[in-house]
Amino acid sequence: MSILFRKICYLDESAQNLVEGDLLVRDGLIADFGQNLGRPDGAEIIEAEGAVLCPGLVDMRASLGEPGFEYRETITSAAEAAAAGGITAIAVLPDSAPPIDDPALVHLIIARGQETGSVSLLPYAAATRGLNGEELAEYGLLRAAGAVAFTDGGKTIASSRLMRLALSYASGFGACIVQHPEDVELAKGGAATAGARATWMGLPGIPAAAEAICVARDIRLAELTGGAVHFAHVTTGEALALIRTAKDKGLRVTCDTAPPYFDLNETAIGDYRTYAKLSPPLRAEEDRQAVLAALRDGTIDAIASDHQPRDADDKRVPFADAAPGGAGLATLLGITLAHVQNGGLTLPQALALLTKKPAAWLGIEAGIIAKGRPADLCLFHPERSWQVQAGKLPGKAQNTPFDGRALEGLVLGTWKDGKRAFAR
Amino acid sequence: MASLKHLLGIGGLNPITVTNLLDLAESYVLLNRSGKTQRDSLRGRTLINLFFEDSTRTRTSFELAGRRLGADVVNMSVATSSVTKGETLLDTAATLNAMNCDLLVVRHNRSGAPALLAEKVGAAVINAGDGTHEHPTQALLDALTMRRHKGRISGLTVAICGDIAHSRVARSNILLLTMMGNFVRLIGPPTLLPGSIGINGVEIFHSMEEGLKGADIVMALRLQKERMSGGLVPSSREFFAYYGLDRKKLAYAKPDALVMHPGPMNRGVEIDSDIADDDARSLIKEQVEMGVAVRMAVLDTLARSSNI
Repeated sequence: MSILFRKICYLDESAQNLVEGDLLVRDGLIADFGQNLGRPDGAEIIEAEGAVLCPGLVDMRASLGEPGFEYRETITSAAEAAAAGGITAIAVLPDSAPPIDDPALVHLIIARGQETGSVSLLPYAAATRGLNGEELAEYGLLRAAGAVAFTDGGKTIASSRLMRLALSYASGFGACIVQHPEDVELAKGGAATAGARATWMGLPGIPAAAEAICVARDIRLAELTGGAVHFAHVTTGEALALIRTAKDKGLRVTCDTAPPYFDLNETAIGDYRTYAKLSPPLRAEEDRQAVLAALRDGTIDAIASDHQPRDADDKRVPFADAAPGGAGLATLLGITLAHVQNGGLTLPQALALLTKKPAAWLGIEAGIIAKGRPADLCLFHPERSWQVQAGKLPGKAQNTPFDGRALEGLVLGTWKDGKRAFAR
Repeated sequence: MASLKHLLGIGGLNPITVTNLLDLAESYVLLNRSGKTQRDSLRGRTLINLFFEDSTRTRTSFELAGRRLGADVVNMSVATSSVTKGETLLDTAATLNAMNCDLLVVRHNRSGAPALLAEKVGAAVINAGDGTHEHPTQALLDALTMRRHKGRISGLTVAICGDIAHSRVARSNILLLTMMGNFVRLIGPPTLLPGSIGINGVEIFHSMEEGLKGADIVMALRLQKERMSGGLVPSSREFFAYYGLDRKKLAYAKPDALVMHPGPMNRGVEIDSDIADDDARSLIKEQVEMGVAVRMAVLDTLARSSNI
């Protein structure tokens, strides 16, 4: 079983240069690539002039709803959305019901991913048992079962003492703690970033400093313990400056962000649009620009979808009562490419943030085009356009903060282990 | 008059619409005072007062306004916990649509709830106070009261004192007063002032002595008891000492400065009885009278622009 992609563009092994050529997949692996590979007998030929073939996207942060919240999303529906978005691996948050805090549940998530045949699921395990923020989960056993790292998902590990213990104990297993960086007391009851907009909308505000305060504490705790901390969906210039300094000092600190935080600002919540209610909340324009700058200079290690499926009942309520979170699988590539088109990022930069870098962080064999690697691939056309429409997105969750947005960068096909997972 | 589908807030109105509403309200004041209270411009129309939060005075004011214009008025009080589930709200909207309600007056403890309802109901929606967002008819009645006593609603210096951060009355008043070209001074402890205002014509003070200087109108706001339990101010005693409006502090304002309060008052917390009951300085009773006239003007205007 072979597939030959002809006359496509792909990133070479350095992931720096876009070259035009052919790529051959055989038995689920990348067999060869280069100029003019001919026409091997029996190979399916895919010609897509002007299209880019990149490694399947590696989404390092998403909630899938299953188990426990199947009315929002299931693994099957999430896999469908992922494939349509060019994603072939997802690191799954543990905030399901029950939470992923037991080795058997880690096995379950991995197995459910394999069943889809289109996306690998890499479970995070709970940092604290039951996500209760009180006692450590079994990092050793969970890691052995396949947990990629430890996090309480959208909940901050609030106690300084517990965070210290988590970082310290996890370092013994070479594992990282992923933090939702937000000072819990400052954020309590908040629905939007504190500022003039929240004031005039009459919404309880969360000061942007709530992020930096948590990041500052956890960087100091990482230094104290020698542990590794990863900050999820970082959104403010102030927090990014702290992370930049910590990296310069050689501390084991990494971070990601998500498309809403470099594409939208707080004005998106105008008219009480609950689909734009996220956690952390959308920020001021200066912070959006700071996130883009940090993507460019390498302070941010990855772009994750931060997919948080919600259904109509979660969102068709007064803003303060609405569940925060946005659907992100189908728009991860498109929104990121929009910032390549407007010159914010180069295409190799953007693709590395979606593939090579998160794969390296997760420690998986994915994210680069190399001979002998599994043929997890995404073929997209950078100039073909589509429109984001809530209600018509692939998968179950329709709560996109990008509703109505016209995008250039259309996924034409997705392959998992050389098998077609999505075709336009 | 510019077509107005709903009245969700002062934000969204323009000075011409405000002036027209005030002029119409003024004509109702005169009619109400002359005893000719019955009109029939809303005959055959249904007005529903939908209150998710208790408020006897606002509800009564709308009820009276509706009846004086000849509408059928129905009061619906919806008992709610502090967190109102949205499904209830949208179910309610469906029910109201089935009843062919023409005018829907809504009070809700969540900011934006009337806007959400307005998307789902056929009726014209009037926001009678939503969370900490807006209370537009209060700002209109305050403006009418000021205009009657100062002869204009521009170029005035209006000091608003107390819990600005949690006050929808303050927000609507700031928007209306700055839009009409007045100067607004906000006075309160930093914990009760919004950190960010972002509009011109508004100054912030933490001392009554400085803030009241030159004020034509001094408006005291109700301080909710839970602000104390929430630790935003240490005690009502301390609040009254620094921000409670008494005769000594009122003396910092212009000699002819007038006092207003949206009610209900906490006497001895944000305002001293001595001032509240002084008819030479206090407009508080007149505010209530203006409330009925302003609401008649709003109902009449919305009914006319909706389909008559």
